[in-house]
Amino acid sequence: MLSLRNIQKSFGNHHVLCGIDLEVAKGEMVCLIGASGSGKSTLLRAVNLLDPVDDGEIWFDGVDIAEPGLDPQPIRQRIGLVFQSFNLFPHMSAAENVMLAPRRVKGLSRAAQRGRVEELFERFGLAHRIDHYPDQLSGGQQQRVAIIRALAMQPDILLFDEITSALDPELVAEVLDVLRSLRAEGMTMILATHEMGFARELADKVCFLESGRILEEGTPAQIFDAPREERTRQFLSQVL
Amino acid sequence: MTKADENPAMPGRRAQYEAALRRRSLWVAGVSTSLVFLAILVLVPLAPGWEAVKKSFFNWGVFSKTFPGLLDAFLLDIAIFAWCAPLIALLGLFVAICRDIQKPALYPLRLFATVYTDVFRGLPVILVIYLVGFGIPGLGLPRPWNSPYIWGSLALILVYAAYVAEVIRSGIGSIHKSQSSAALSLGLSNADTMRYVILPQALRNVLPANMNLVVALQKDVALLSFVGPVEIFRQAGVYKSLYASFTPYVGAALIFLAITIPMTRFADHLMNKRRKQEQ
Repeated sequence: MLSLRNIQKSFGNHHVLCGIDLEVAKGEMVCLIGASGSGKSTLLRAVNLLDPVDDGEIWFDGVDIAEPGLDPQPIRQRIGLVFQSFNLFPHMSAAENVMLAPRRVKGLSRAAQRGRVEELFERFGLAHRIDHYPDQLSGGQQQRVAIIRALAMQPDILLFDEITSALDPELVAEVLDVLRSLRAEGMTMILATHEMGFARELADKVCFLESGRILEEGTPAQIFDAPREERTRQFLSQVL
Repeated sequence: MTKADENPAMPGRRAQYEAALRRRSLWVAGVSTSLVFLAILVLVPLAPGWEAVKKSFFNWGVFSKTFPGLLDAFLLDIAIFAWCAPLIALLGLFVAICRDIQKPALYPLRLFATVYTDVFRGLPVILVIYLVGFGIPGLGLPRPWNSPYIWGSLALILVYAAYVAEVIRSGIGSIHKSQSSAALSLGLSNADTMRYVILPQALRNVLPANMNLVVALQKDVALLSFVGPVEIFRQAGVYKSLYASFTPYVGAALIFLAITIPMTRFADHLMNKRRKQEQ
């Protein structure tokens, strides 16, 4: 479904992605692990076309979306991105946050969406918070609203950029539960994450990034129990 | 457990100390203020020209005769203000958006907006009012298009919209980039991102700054008197000649203050509220 080939990306003199190759099949959950600054976030933002790549190919559903000059809008509608800092729109209620993009992009009226949106809030335990504003919600609740906002566009694939890193420890579980539920229904997902337990439990594939390269990839068992690379072993011993 | 917890009626040591401090500051402030006022009351009448100034500026007879007429004339100030303000808001918003346009085809708009804000922020208001207010009617336009009301107002609109545009642009710049990232990542267009995500937040952020411009506009309406409209300042001038007294100017000043001081307080209130929210 998604195939990255030799992705290159620099910010000024800083070479952030140095030839990433990655295959993601439909319904797969891929976890990107690695130290801060290893390129995980940049890679996700590149796939969503927020930070276009300098070179390489991103094949998505038979189209190379890394093609310079391609209109990013229709692609982004199909590739959702959830941010570490939630990035909810503070001047809109939770429901308005969720309904804005479907309303403007797909032309669905508020009335036409309301039922479906209420279902999503219900499903993720937020029915009583649907008309609250972001500053009235806890971090965990805000992040769940942000996930619902991305889901409401019915994307083919969802990208999660360290979505639990800004949360208090006791709020992490409620957000991971949402991911668990999406995993169960077969959503294709790529996560940049520091939640090693979660990656081990649910990922189909784990990639260890180091200095803009995928140093090692494999099943959770291969990466966590029998890493081949010394650097991977070192990193895991620090975070586990 | 502290003492205060055991017995809520008994303030703690810190509270007692602070209450004493407050009483003392209040007393010092009261005494020093009274002394200053006393000095003014005693010293000003000692000035050699005081009798003449009192007669000319604070003549109760002239004041009571001219005040109603001044109030009437002030309605015109309010009317000019009322039709200028919305047009300023619209033009300012338009120019602010033009200055950030990226599309090459619309580059002329961007260039125009940049030159426009540079020019009109760089000129004294009164000069623009003279040039536009006398210049355009001088083209020999037919009635009602030679009216100084229209062209004087246009001058105010042009100048203030340039300031409003800059304020709004700074508001747009103050919205964190993560907000547009979030909007774009959902597939929203650049225009929708600006309209639904960036602008509503930016305009709310700069509301206090714009309120200050509203107060300034209310005062600068008086400058239109130089190109014709008999608003309060000009009316006060007419009364001055009629009664050979400067008292009407004092009356006009009081009327302005009655409007602008509450507006200024309100702007400050908004500013403080904003600051608290940001903390």
